[in-house]
Amino acid sequence: MRNLWIFISRYNAFFLFIIFSTVGLILTVKNNAYQRSVTLNSTNEVVGTAYERLNIFKRYLNLGSVNDSLSTENAKLKTQLLQLTTVDSAKDVKVIDTVTNQQYTYLAAKVVKNSVTLRNNVMTINKGAIDGIKPGMAVISPQKGVVGFIRDVSEHLATIQSLLHKDTKISVIVKKNHALGSLVWGDGNFDIRKAFIKEVPNHIKINVGDTIVTSGYASFPANILVGRVSKTNVTTNDNFLSAELNLFNDFSTLQYVYVVKDKKADEQKALESIVKPNE
Amino acid sequence: MNSRTIIINIVRWVLLLFVQVFLLKNMGFYDLSTPFIYVLFLLLLPFNIPNILLYIIAFGTGLTLDAFYDTMGVHATACVVLAFVRISFIAISLNKDAHDDPEPSLSYMGFQWFALYSLLCIIAHHLVLFFLEAFKLSEIGYTLIRCGLSVIFTVLLILLIEFIFYKRTSR
Repeated sequence: MRNLWIFISRYNAFFLFIIFSTVGLILTVKNNAYQRSVTLNSTNEVVGTAYERLNIFKRYLNLGSVNDSLSTENAKLKTQLLQLTTVDSAKDVKVIDTVTNQQYTYLAAKVVKNSVTLRNNVMTINKGAIDGIKPGMAVISPQKGVVGFIRDVSEHLATIQSLLHKDTKISVIVKKNHALGSLVWGDGNFDIRKAFIKEVPNHIKINVGDTIVTSGYASFPANILVGRVSKTNVTTNDNFLSAELNLFNDFSTLQYVYVVKDKKADEQKALESIVKPNE
Repeated sequence: MNSRTIIINIVRWVLLLFVQVFLLKNMGFYDLSTPFIYVLFLLLLPFNIPNILLYIIAFGTGLTLDAFYDTMGVHATACVVLAFVRISFIAISLNKDAHDDPEPSLSYMGFQWFALYSLLCIIAHHLVLFFLEAFKLSEIGYTLIRCGLSVIFTVLLILLIEFIFYKRTSR
C-alpha cells in the first residue's frame, strides 16, 4: 500500500493529467451538440441496424391485422366524408368587435355558375338573403383581386355582376401616388386577364409595373390588390389618362369568393344622399 | 512563491485572455490559421508551482476560454494536455533541483530552450484543440493544415511578445 502511494506520488503529473483530461473530454462530449450527436450516432448505428433487420420479419407477420385495421379506418372515413359533403359548413363568420368597431366582415361563398365568355358576365353563388346578402355588396376573390358586386338576391342564392360587365365600375387608386381612377373592362379588348384604369387626371404619371389597389371609397375595403399596369398611353377620346393592367384575379378558375359586408354601408348611403347632385 | 509573482501572473492572465477573446477571436487567415496566445500564460507560470495547482489553473483557464468560444471542454482538455507536456519537458531538459530561475521565460532561459519548449507545448495544445473541435478523422488533412498553420502563427506571436518584454539584465 505504501509502495503504491509512492508510485502514485512520483508519477503524480501523469495521473493528474489522466484525471483532468478525462473531465475535459466528458465536458466536451456532454455539452457540445455536435460531438454528442457523433458519439451517440456511432453507437446507435449498430443497435439500429439490428432492430431494422428484426423489424422486416415482424412486419410480415403483422400484415393481416394491419390490413383489417386499415379497411375499418377506410370505412369510417368514407362515412364521415358522406356526412361532410351534404352539409354546407361555410356559414357567416360574425366577429363581435366593439373596441375597434370593425367595419367589414367576410362571408365565404361557393361559385355555382360562372361565365367569362360573354360581353356582360354574371355569376351565381350559393349564399342568399338568408345569409344576410344584399344587392350592391362587394365581392372579392380569396387569393387576390376584386370580383364584382352583388346584383340580385334570392333566398338561398345570389348573382354577381362581375368586373367583366359593361356596367361595372370600381373605384381604384395607383398605390404609389394615390391617384384616383376607375377600373373598367371591355372597350374593344375582351381578354379576361386584362382591364383598364380610366379617368386618371392628366398630370399623374403612371408607369408600367405600378400596382393598382382599391380605394376604399365605395363598397370595397381599401388596399385590395387589383392588378399591375402593363401598358400606358392607351388612347381614349376623353381628356383623362388611361392605362391597361393585368388583373391578379383569374376569373375563369374562380371556385370560392368572399362577399364583403360593410356595416356602415347604409349609413354612408343615407348621408351622401342628402347632398344633391347638382348643388 | 511570493505575492509579487502572484500579482504579475494574475495581471498576465487578465491581459492575455482579454487580447485573446476580444481581439484574436475575430482574427484568422482564410479560416485556416488562428492564433491562441493565451497559452503563453500557462507557459510562463513559475517553475516551483505544484503539479496539482498547475493542472487546476490550466483547466480553469481552458474553461474560461470555452465560455467565450462556446466550446465546452475543448480548450480545457487542450490546456491540461499542455500542462502535461510542460511538466514532462521541464523534467527531462532541466536538472530538477538546480534551476534557480523563477519562471521559464525567454529572458531567463535563452532563445533556444524557450523556442523548443513553447513549440512542443503549443503543438500538443493545438493538436488536441483542433482534433477535438473537428471530432472526426475524415477531415484529417484539413485539420492538420489548420493545426500546423496555427502553430506557426501562435509561436511567432509568442516569441514576438517575449522579445518585446525581454529583460536584458536578468540573464
